[in-house]
Amino acid sequence: MPKLSYTRALNQALAAEMERDPAVFVLGEDVRHALTNVTVGLFDRFGPERIVETPLSEQAVTNFATGAAMAGLRPVVEYQIPFLLLLVFEQIVNQANKFPMMSGGQARVPVTYLLPAAGWRSGWGAQHSDEPYSLFAHYGVKTVVPATPADAFGLFTSAIRDDDPVVVFAPIGSLAMRQDVTPGDLVPVPLGTARVHREGHDVTVVAIGHLVYDALAVADQLADQVSIEVLDPRTLYPFDWDALATSLAKTGRLVVVDDSNRTCGMAAEILATATEEMHLVAPPRRITRPDGAILGSVPELDLALQPSRQVLADTVLKVVKSG
Amino acid sequence: MTITARPDGSAPRPEDFYRTMRLIRRFEERAMDLVRSGEIVSGIHPCIGQEAVAAGTGAALRRDDIMLANHRGHGQLLAKGSQPGRLLAEMAGRTTGVARGRGGSFHPSDFSVGVLGSTGSVGHGAPLAAGAAWALARSGSDRVAVSVFGDGAVNQGALLESFNLAALWQVPVVFICENNLYATTLPIGANVAGSVTGRAEAFGIPAESVDGMDPEPVYAAVARGVARARAGHGPTFVEFRTYRFEGHHTFELTTRPRYRDPEEVARWQARDPLALQAGRIPEDLRGQIDAEVEVIVAEAVRYALAGPKPDPADARQYLYASGLQTRPGVAARAEERTV
Repeated sequence: MPKLSYTRALNQALAAEMERDPAVFVLGEDVRHALTNVTVGLFDRFGPERIVETPLSEQAVTNFATGAAMAGLRPVVEYQIPFLLLLVFEQIVNQANKFPMMSGGQARVPVTYLLPAAGWRSGWGAQHSDEPYSLFAHYGVKTVVPATPADAFGLFTSAIRDDDPVVVFAPIGSLAMRQDVTPGDLVPVPLGTARVHREGHDVTVVAIGHLVYDALAVADQLADQVSIEVLDPRTLYPFDWDALATSLAKTGRLVVVDDSNRTCGMAAEILATATEEMHLVAPPRRITRPDGAILGSVPELDLALQPSRQVLADTVLKVVKSG
Repeated sequence: MTITARPDGSAPRPEDFYRTMRLIRRFEERAMDLVRSGEIVSGIHPCIGQEAVAAGTGAALRRDDIMLANHRGHGQLLAKGSQPGRLLAEMAGRTTGVARGRGGSFHPSDFSVGVLGSTGSVGHGAPLAAGAAWALARSGSDRVAVSVFGDGAVNQGALLESFNLAALWQVPVVFICENNLYATTLPIGANVAGSVTGRAEAFGIPAESVDGMDPEPVYAAVARGVARARAGHGPTFVEFRTYRFEGHHTFELTTRPRYRDPEEVARWQARDPLALQAGRIPEDLRGQIDAEVEVIVAEAVRYALAGPKPDPADARQYLYASGLQTRPGVAARAEERTV
């Protein structure tokens, strides 16, 4: 069975959609030379009209994509560094995502914003290591965080085909992952559908992005003490609340592990909704980054702030014993 | 009612410009009445005084060309061909409006005449227009796009970035600056270092500065830019020197900030573009047009106020083109859920 890497999955999904639909094109920096590897081979195949190399002008490029989308195209905009999404936050949440409503349904803005390397990079310093997906979910922008190569293929494909703006976060912690796949695995994954990676009956661990692998490792490590169900939401907005409710109906206990900051992060929303609406027999817990900065260029300091397997294991055991 | 580009490329007649300008003037005056009476709750950014720019621009464009308007955009939409009644209904928040009452006075999209809308971030329509124009050109169309913005927009990074993109990629877009000398209350001298046209020239974009109180040179300048764009020669920038006779927004009717010298206002009012254009047509024709416009505006007010307001139950409609429904702000209780 062939091994598919995460980045190769993004590349294959993009190539397939560009082949299928001539309205799909890419805007981004260094995309001609495929610095992030997502556009490898695509410039030679599709040319400069469809792999459009841009100057460093993220705000204009983001609105350029919105304008092109309203004129009938399906842009994919690549941002190399997570903080660039903060620079264009207004253009995405206040312009692109509101035009359908502001125009009373006249406008469609089918733009995909691809972040092919989101989250912590060892030693890269304070400004290159964010993973700001919670901000987009907060604003109701469709947001996906695929954990696996097959989901990267399937969710990126669905994002491109969707008629609304969609932000795709590819976590750095997932990029090294390779997966055995058959052609049948490489299919569109509907937005808003979670995946249960491992079934269990004592506690539900909701893990986002690359943290799915940590949750699976902890589930293995604690297998003789506790039965952990690992739920990967895959899409943060719209969230698959039915899948969470189904899992909690079985376990009644919840731990969320999330690479956001604590305040107003995705984990906070998951805990709040579960508490308001779902079956819980013990207080839920979350593991997040603290608020404030990832510290910078000293890896040990950064790692001290990020969700770890040890903290997850300890938290799971506490939740199982409480209530 | 209003005029758009003629197939043979000939210039509109003086009375054509006058008709459009008179419509815009009376439309805005009646809209201000509706602000005072509470029918337009947002207030408006009146374009009274700037009608020549709108009329000249609209006359140089085809109905199927794309426009990104700005917050002072009612005249721009009317000159592009929007139905006065549907535009006024939009401003009054009626479902019969051009954007079903969802855009209001500030963001009235009217795709039926190529107006995609306007942005809250000043100047951010420029990259939207550039992207739309690029998409049109790529599809082989000869349609072009224009972005209209004020002097307050010319220091926005996104706008200047879009000049660079448009020039690099020879995008068929015309950038139109309505320089009315004030960014809200900030006078041009405290707002713009260098010159307005110098910003476009820095990117190699042909730029000119034109009298914006006379529709004929406005038309000629925009038509030159549109011709360049249609011929595949890339972007053009035009600065129109104009003036708004009213406040930035109708909130000035009550707050009455003093940032303009009354003598300056009077000097510009003495150059009223409507009076200028009226002087170019026979008096009986002018009277006839005025009477026609009164009927149209009265009918627009009647149509606007007769339209239904949206049902609050539909407040989350149109949020997503895909039809996604957001969850309400109040969650269902556990016992109400079906799992």
